[in-house]
Amino acid sequence: MKHLEDELLALRDEVLNMWDLVYSQLEKAKSALLENNKELAYEVISREKRVNAFELMIDSDCENHIALYSPVAIDLRLVLSLLKINSMLERIGDFAEGIARFAIDTNNPRYENLIKDIQVEKLFDAVLGMLQDARIALENEDTKDAVRLFSQDDMVDDLYKQSLIKIAEFIKENPDCALDCIYLAILDRKLERIGDYCNNIVEEIVFYIDAKVMKHCGLKK
Amino acid sequence: MIKLEAKGVDFYYSDFHALKNINMQIESNTVVAFIGPSGCGKSTFLRLFNRMNDLIDGTRLTGQCLVDGKDIYDKNVYVDELRTKVGMVFQKPNPFPKSIYENVAYGLRVNGVKDEKLIAQRIEESLRSAALWDEVKDKLKKSAFELSGGQQQRLCIARALAISPSVLLMDEPASALDPISTSKIEELIYSLKKNYTIVIVTHNMQQAARVSDKTGFFLLGELIEYNDTKKIFLNPDKEATQNYITGRFG
Repeated sequence: MKHLEDELLALRDEVLNMWDLVYSQLEKAKSALLENNKELAYEVISREKRVNAFELMIDSDCENHIALYSPVAIDLRLVLSLLKINSMLERIGDFAEGIARFAIDTNNPRYENLIKDIQVEKLFDAVLGMLQDARIALENEDTKDAVRLFSQDDMVDDLYKQSLIKIAEFIKENPDCALDCIYLAILDRKLERIGDYCNNIVEEIVFYIDAKVMKHCGLKK
Repeated sequence: MIKLEAKGVDFYYSDFHALKNINMQIESNTVVAFIGPSGCGKSTFLRLFNRMNDLIDGTRLTGQCLVDGKDIYDKNVYVDELRTKVGMVFQKPNPFPKSIYENVAYGLRVNGVKDEKLIAQRIEESLRSAALWDEVKDKLKKSAFELSGGQQQRLCIARALAISPSVLLMDEPASALDPISTSKIEELIYSLKKNYTIVIVTHNMQQAARVSDKTGFFLLGELIEYNDTKKIFLNPDKEATQNYITGRFG
């Protein structure tokens, strides 16, 4: 059954390649926003098509694998997990594109202090770290370290809540910036959602490796 | 309710220890699949339940095989009587060189049923249960050998059903059939579950997954794992089971 194992490894490698692309998209979106680098933002938008192409290819390869090889047990769990991870990575890619568009549209210099104040960079670093740790968990097939991500997600949630409070205060003081501030809150929300997706990705990896269903059961706490 | 049970079963072909301390309970109206590589003992174990191994010289059994709580290897059990309760279908269709009608009537006649009206009624019921009636109702007097392989296998199932058993043992019943006939046999197994307890030996993993409620994995004469089929095919407890069903065995 060597060739079946090779097929599964190839499928997993495709997902890891997509992962690298999505990570790079998010990293570039961060730089584009924080360094006001519009060229980089355009690059992220243009490369979003490659993320979409990856999603379609991996969907199709998973379907083919199920149809042709009828995987069971750990093999089936891997294919099902990869299908779901694929979809979540694509969504993270969409968020990176959304952030890049925000970086292009924003021109308000008053934002710079607010962005620092609401710790956007810290949020970015947290979710980038989570995305990287989840990738390592899949590559090494090791869930022991990966479950630490659940507590990191709690930290991301806290940062998000604090940032909303600060944005609300900023709007009170600068009502003319309300619309732009709402866009900033939406950007923060995207980062918070990326944290959630990383969480869900780890749940899928745990399902694949340990055959445990961690969704909606409170085990993470 | 427990229909079939093995308690500490060991079985030998002369010096060869074919089954090692098998313990298993099979509930009524369920389909149980036995899987495992060739020579692992699954067919030997299946055949114990209607004493098909009795005819092989040099075999020896210790432990108990129970049907409805009674040890079928007890001195007071008549094998003929046992086989009216526990029917068997083999890998290759084996109709008798008789008409379709007489094939199904055979079991009733050897069991002393003489009422032709009753026999005709049971034949129709059995052929309907085996999903074959519509295909053969106009040619019941024709030779069974005129039927296709898939039809012959369903005829053999009808023949087994005619004497109203409560258990059906199937030893790779679809391995010699094309996908359409296989699908009909699988549909049949599913529909028969309402009234029968079915044990099937198969080398086809997908077939085991499709038709059975529980699956037993045998290896080198041992029952390695016996559990719900969904559990076996999604998350087996034993590494040997996982290696076998994913094709990494050996």
